[in-house]
Amino acid sequence: MTPPRSVQGRPLVAGTASGPVLALREPLSFWGGVDAATGLIVEPRHPDVGRSVAGQVLAMPAVRGSSSASSILAELLRLGLGPAAIVLGEPDEILVVGALAAAELYGATCPVVLLGHDAYVTAEGWSTMAIAVDGTITDG
Amino acid sequence: MDVPAHLELTDDQARAVAGDQGPGVQRAMRIVVGLARASGAERLIPIGRAHVDGVLFHGQASQDFADWFTSVDARVAVPTTLNVAALDLLHPWLFRGDEDEASTGRRLVDSYLALGCQPTMTCAPYQDRDRPGLGEDVAWAESNAIVFVNSVLGARTARYGDFSDIAAAVAGCVPDAGLHRPEARLAGLVVELDPDTEDWLTEESGVGALGVIVGRLAAGRVAAIVGLSPDTTEDALKALGAGAASSGSVAMFHAVGLTPEAPTLEAAVGPDREPDRVRVDVAAIRSALASLATVADGPIDAVALGTPHFSVGEFGRLRTFLADDPGPLRVELTVNTSRGVLAEITERGWLEGLAAAGVVVVTDTCTYLSPALMRNPTGITMTNSAKWAYYAPGNLDARVVYGTMRDCVASARAGRVVRVGT
Repeated sequence: MTPPRSVQGRPLVAGTASGPVLALREPLSFWGGVDAATGLIVEPRHPDVGRSVAGQVLAMPAVRGSSSASSILAELLRLGLGPAAIVLGEPDEILVVGALAAAELYGATCPVVLLGHDAYVTAEGWSTMAIAVDGTITDG
Repeated sequence: MDVPAHLELTDDQARAVAGDQGPGVQRAMRIVVGLARASGAERLIPIGRAHVDGVLFHGQASQDFADWFTSVDARVAVPTTLNVAALDLLHPWLFRGDEDEASTGRRLVDSYLALGCQPTMTCAPYQDRDRPGLGEDVAWAESNAIVFVNSVLGARTARYGDFSDIAAAVAGCVPDAGLHRPEARLAGLVVELDPDTEDWLTEESGVGALGVIVGRLAAGRVAAIVGLSPDTTEDALKALGAGAASSGSVAMFHAVGLTPEAPTLEAAVGPDREPDRVRVDVAAIRSALASLATVADGPIDAVALGTPHFSVGEFGRLRTFLADDPGPLRVELTVNTSRGVLAEITERGWLEGLAAAGVVVVTDTCTYLSPALMRNPTGITMTNSAKWAYYAPGNLDARVVYGTMRDCVASARAGRVVRVGT
């Protein structure tokens, strides 16, 4: 039996979570790109349009767009439609504050972990991820 | 709360964290310190002003976060302007949505006013005469405003968003991180424009398309653009930044010879650095222009201008195009602007002529935010704004065609796309 694979990330918002991975194929703006009432990706030009972020470990190679992404993330977390965790290939302070606000207002947990480029590429293909409080991400 | 080991607070900041300045400041500091933890900042620095995007209602979380501050009588510590709201507060009849939606939008604005914010209601606060100066640290939200204030004014803001904007305003300080740091403002990518692109980059729609290209290429780097005409206007740079912030997470660019931190390419790049280089040719511009349309040229149902908010100069050009090509408009032509710019064009006596020509001036909000602001939001709309073209298909289910401001006016007359150029 092979040991579980793992990569080390930097926790931007610390916490534990696990779930199936939704690895976005292109950068996504939460605002304008995700419907806060349903958790579905609605940006018509996005290759993952129609998929749900709810309960997923959302792997985002890069983030784009609006500074309202924090509100959409907090609203999704309020409604229980938020991602289980967010794994970033590039730092993003706007999603970070969305997760911080949802923790303050609703006690919701949505760890945000930053991976370096190589670690991101390694982990992107995994079907499930478990996030540890120190930013370690394990396959399964 | 825990303060991370890498963050050294001043005595005042430590007292604020402990609650000595009241619960509002303490709550704000929880968010600011949380951001400092994520960025690894070593200190918090004071800001001169803030611009708050969180005033636009995105669901109950928007109101809950404002209430988290108003419930403890928090007040902003620095002059704080407000971004757009969900409806036109000056012209409420332009909002065709239901009364519940209007009242939730108004209630959120009232909450931010109670915190001491100014009712500017604009995504282009940099069009005010009183605007941040070179080297000033500010906390601005709204992606196009962030990129403009960093790039064109040379003031310094990291990427703030809903919640971090008002937290910074109440705390009066931010992590010393991101674009507050001089080294982070240096270009990591040089975008060289082919000389024959110049004809495509004379006004907002072409420069906005260049912005979309820059946003896709930047990948977290500050781009230095070489080859823009010295005549490039602030309005065009506004469109460039808005396009780049829509297609990527661009928070700053340099336009060499135009923007204050890029008198030369060497100044923009900094010493002993080897940025990546990429050329942009006419084919790339044409492809970006085409990518902004979702349907082919044909009949249109509306024209949408003013994303980001129209400036006085843009209204001047719109007046010229309307006068050059008189006649009734066959489709609705809306222009979003700020109440500050509205006051100025009213004072200049321009508003009556625009209204007589059939132009609908929308303030305090933006037509791409809510289907309640246009007669036919899901129809085919022509715009000269890369940002409108990027977001309206998702937000409104709109179909989009893209052209110059002059094309937009001619097309509004004809009821179908007419290409007349610049």
